[in-house]
Amino acid sequence: MDIYLPIANLSVNALVIILLGGGVGLLSGMFGIGGGFLTTPLLIVYGIPPTVAAASSASQVTGSSVSGVSAHFRRGGVDVKMGAMMVTGGIFGSLFGAVLFSILQKSGQIDTVIAILYVVLLGSIGGLMFIESIGAIRKARSGTASRARKRRHHPLIASLPFRTRFYASGLYISPLAPMLLGFCIGILTTLLGIGGGFILIPAMLYLLGMHTRVVVGTSLFQTLFVTASATLVHATTTKSVDIVLATLLLLGSATGAQIGARFAQKVTPEYLRLALAVIVLLVGLRMALGLGWRPDEIYTVDLP
Amino acid sequence: MKLRALILTALLPLLIGATKPVLVPDVSQRDIDIVYSFTGADLLLFGAILYPGGQAPGPDEPPTDIVIVVKGPSQSILLREKQKVAGIWVNAESARYRSVPSFYAIASSRPVRDLVDDRTRAIYEFGLDRLQLSPASGMAPDTQSRFASGLVDLRKRAGLYYEAPDAVQITDRVLYRARVTIPARVPVGKFTAETFLVRDGRVLAAAVRDINIRKSGFERFVASAADRSSILYGLAAVALSVLLGWSAGAIWRRF
Repeated sequence: MDIYLPIANLSVNALVIILLGGGVGLLSGMFGIGGGFLTTPLLIVYGIPPTVAAASSASQVTGSSVSGVSAHFRRGGVDVKMGAMMVTGGIFGSLFGAVLFSILQKSGQIDTVIAILYVVLLGSIGGLMFIESIGAIRKARSGTASRARKRRHHPLIASLPFRTRFYASGLYISPLAPMLLGFCIGILTTLLGIGGGFILIPAMLYLLGMHTRVVVGTSLFQTLFVTASATLVHATTTKSVDIVLATLLLLGSATGAQIGARFAQKVTPEYLRLALAVIVLLVGLRMALGLGWRPDEIYTVDLP
Repeated sequence: MKLRALILTALLPLLIGATKPVLVPDVSQRDIDIVYSFTGADLLLFGAILYPGGQAPGPDEPPTDIVIVVKGPSQSILLREKQKVAGIWVNAESARYRSVPSFYAIASSRPVRDLVDDRTRAIYEFGLDRLQLSPASGMAPDTQSRFASGLVDLRKRAGLYYEAPDAVQITDRVLYRARVTIPARVPVGKFTAETFLVRDGRVLAAAVRDINIRKSGFERFVASAADRSSILYGLAAVALSVLLGWSAGAIWRRF
């Protein structure tokens, strides 16, 4: 079934897009991630212009994080104060990202920068997750109970001024730390169309030292608002949010996420993390090869 | 007086014979509306050749050929070329063109190279190698031809540029028709279908018909909303995403 995308200006097979959204949704429900880092590259491979892909995937992530946030709210798994700080930073980050986006677009290097960012981010985060989950599986097999890591925030964060109490996170730190973190993620949200959960969650755990109980919920809270802000930024600056494309993606991913979440409850978390690490590394590897391989199109047309 | 009238009457066939044949072209669709199911358009271009005196040339005279050129609205573009720098492919050189047709299709009753000489082809832009791309910057000739062939190749593979020799059928040397496919990836705007009558290596007649391609209904509404009231459009996109995501979660919780 072919459907014309009014902003991307091309016609796509609606079923393929819905299935693509469904597949990403399945993974996002299983692993508790937004899945933007999979949607954007897959859409580009399908032939959607990179800008439209990033913009529309940001608005899809908004939709897929909604039900997660409401579920975590009911469970009390959101540190609203911490989340608000991150969102504030994130909104500024998404605006700054738009400035970077237009500079890079003018110089013609936006595609290369997007690809390199993906390779670096996916490679490093995927590698860390891989090592960590292998270690966890080994420990679980040998039967030695893993010693609970002492929850501590990074010394650099302790040195920031204006400390305040975040009760739900069990922290007494400067609000500048979550703001800065949100700012960096916000830039990536506009540039790459990702929610940033796969960077945010490790950062909240190991840099800020937040309570594990509120990490996922707060990360989703930040994702919800910052992807919404990035969608607005894209809608007003690059004008490349395709509402039809985002709707098709959401139809698939909203369903896929629910199935994935049910499936995740039946699997050991260590193996789940290992699987996610492998997927992240594979996507990163594919992007790295794409940089070095001779591309199909040597020439590209820009309409100024 | 009478004599003069007589001479004129006698000369009349000759006078008409001196004038050139005339083309009466038409297209199957003057307006193409892009709706949700748009996957491209199949245009039928047809028409008649009116010979002076109403007499089609006989089989021993040089044959009449038809060339049809369909062009999309011209764009000002920046063409970038990737090069391998430090192991990765990045955009390096670029060239600016003032007016490049967004769509170009040439259909003819015989290969154009057999019909007219290179000079005539250049004048009428017959053929992809004779497109006048008007580069804006002063480029070296070899760079210019490299970029031009890169652009033509790129658009050829997207189905935006093509040559269809032998696509025009001529019936009894009077009626002609050709089918031209326009892919979904074209920009909206005014397209032109130019029909040329070629005989004996010369272009004898030409006629133009316009085709308007535009988004209509929901597609037009979305495109114009995104362009004109972009803040409202962005808010609507966010609201729609939230609504869809939330309702999917709410529905699934019941199972």
